[in-house]
Amino acid sequence: MTDAAVVAENVSKRFRLYHERNDSLKVALMRRGRAKYEEFWALKDVSLEVPTGSTFGLIGENGSGKSTLLKCMARILRPDKGRTAVVGKTSALLEVGAGFHPELSGRDNVYLNGSILGLSKKELDSKFDAIVDFAGLERFIDTPVKNYSSGMYVRLGFSVAINVDPDVLLVDEILAVGDENFQRKCSEKFADLHNAGKTIVVVSHALPTVRNLCDRVALLEHGVLKAVGPAGEVIDDYMLDAHVERHDDGTGGSRWGSGEGRIERVEIIGANGVATQTVRTGDRITIRLHYSTREPIERPVFGIGIETLSGVSIAGPNTRDVDVVPEKINGTGVVELTIDRVMLLPGTYDIATGLYDYSATHPFDHCLHALRFDVEAGAPRQQHGLLALDAKWTIDGA
Amino acid sequence: MATVSELTQARELFRNLTLRELRGKYKRSALGWAWSMINPLATMGIFTVVFHFLINVEPDRGHPSGLKSFPFFLLCGLLPWNFLLNGLMNGMGAPLANGGLIKKVYFPREVLTASVVAAWAVQFLIELAVLMIALLFVGNVAFAFIPGVLLVLVIQMFFTYGIALALGALNVYFRDVQHFMGLFTQLWFYATPVVYPLSLVEGHRSIYNVYKLNPMVRFVSMYRDLMYDLRWPPMYDIAYVLGCAILSVLVGRWIFLKLEPRFAEEL
Repeated sequence: MTDAAVVAENVSKRFRLYHERNDSLKVALMRRGRAKYEEFWALKDVSLEVPTGSTFGLIGENGSGKSTLLKCMARILRPDKGRTAVVGKTSALLEVGAGFHPELSGRDNVYLNGSILGLSKKELDSKFDAIVDFAGLERFIDTPVKNYSSGMYVRLGFSVAINVDPDVLLVDEILAVGDENFQRKCSEKFADLHNAGKTIVVVSHALPTVRNLCDRVALLEHGVLKAVGPAGEVIDDYMLDAHVERHDDGTGGSRWGSGEGRIERVEIIGANGVATQTVRTGDRITIRLHYSTREPIERPVFGIGIETLSGVSIAGPNTRDVDVVPEKINGTGVVELTIDRVMLLPGTYDIATGLYDYSATHPFDHCLHALRFDVEAGAPRQQHGLLALDAKWTIDGA
Repeated sequence: MATVSELTQARELFRNLTLRELRGKYKRSALGWAWSMINPLATMGIFTVVFHFLINVEPDRGHPSGLKSFPFFLLCGLLPWNFLLNGLMNGMGAPLANGGLIKKVYFPREVLTASVVAAWAVQFLIELAVLMIALLFVGNVAFAFIPGVLLVLVIQMFFTYGIALALGALNVYFRDVQHFMGLFTQLWFYATPVVYPLSLVEGHRSIYNVYKLNPMVRFVSMYRDLMYDLRWPPMYDIAYVLGCAILSVLVGRWIFLKLEPRFAEEL
């Protein structure tokens, strides 16, 4: 408990869905109640702890309750059951520039917004230059904000909120504000906060961003906490689940498809002509897919994906892209992909396989982790990155 | 439950929101703050013509000041009335008007109402200052009574704040509260001795007993005592409005805090 910055204990939140919203007393009196509504539990008994100093992601589909949970943490909503507690100064980035007064200057609004977010005048005085500088609005700071472009408006709001220097920062889907330059500044600021041991809770749909940004992730589904854990694991499971809902063949979710044809086996044939699971950078290898069909398949598309263990996709060659599409396959057979020189650098990689129809939208068989293999150092030798490039250095004047 | 840091924050926020109200009020109008003088003066002109010249309402002669002037008699009641009306109507509208803020940021929501009422109090103060200077020209030197005026003003401010809190919270749930209040304040206006002297009602004993329960009767009487008649108001008047103000704040806050947690959903 001591190292948790944010705690949610058995949090439940109920919303009322009004069928016919009435704000008028007359209707209310006539119906002897405010309005007909359905109760809807946006959060059901959610308990979690966000460790101090972590960057914590809340993910889930629309309507899963992740924003509601964030608002409960920010004390904007009050849970109907359970409680949330935050240790330290909190700043919530739910909407930047909330509370800006259009007729007031940027300067006045910085002070106004800052005090809404809980800063004293003294703190604001000392941070004012940093805020304006961060937003890049020195020239316009005495202009009424109604004359700002939407980008400037958002930048100023964001800048105030992030310079509050909170112990706990709650962020909802606003990582994508401003131009590229500003976004980079924001990412740096997030990294700074993280390095300074501050706790960040992020709600986002952008799974790659969450994966990069967060240490830990909680997955919510229809208001229920489904999983909490290290970012990579939870997100992988979630993506699998998202597929399983559509096609489940009972293999635990790493494989799906309608099943008319299957890729039974994957082999890597090494330089010496023997199947192997260890290759060297620069080797000539063949990836061999053994397929079988239950019924004839017209114009099938075979493909593989090579990924790192953390799920970074490196290459995804398929037969349609290079126009190698047979009219029909039936029974069993072999598809081979020959790679003259494997340019992967040392590490462990996964091969995913797919057998699709020609439109590449309908999977007959898709297997996420068909084969795992290791790459050992070979030629070219290189320390950094995932891939070697077929390139050479020259240095003039040496 | 407000912690110490929350209260400091609230004070800062209160100051800034009040400044926002004041600064934003007359932006983009050519006459700016002059409007805060023009409005009551125009109303005074209209009321003087209608009630004094057409209906022949006679103001009481100030005792002991000896002043007898309908415009000044009127202003001493009209300005406090306007403060109540503006503070109440805008204060109760504050949660609705700041819906965007309430849905996105946490802060003590009472501050919104408080800052609106405070901003109107500042305007009222300026109006009173101008009125007192104008009174000099008809021989009423009210400066000695300034502490009294300020005391009554502060009490009236809390009185207004409490009612605005309660109604503002109810208004989030039932928007007809503000329409109802639009109507009710008209009744309230005529139940307060603004355009006529209190002595007019005093004759009707049965009505008067109910009539004087209206706290605004006492408020207006006290401002008139202090600025028009140049005398100290009776102690029991002060005690009465003070009691009303305390009750108003206690009940107002209680209702507000009961309803406030679901604001973000209902707005």
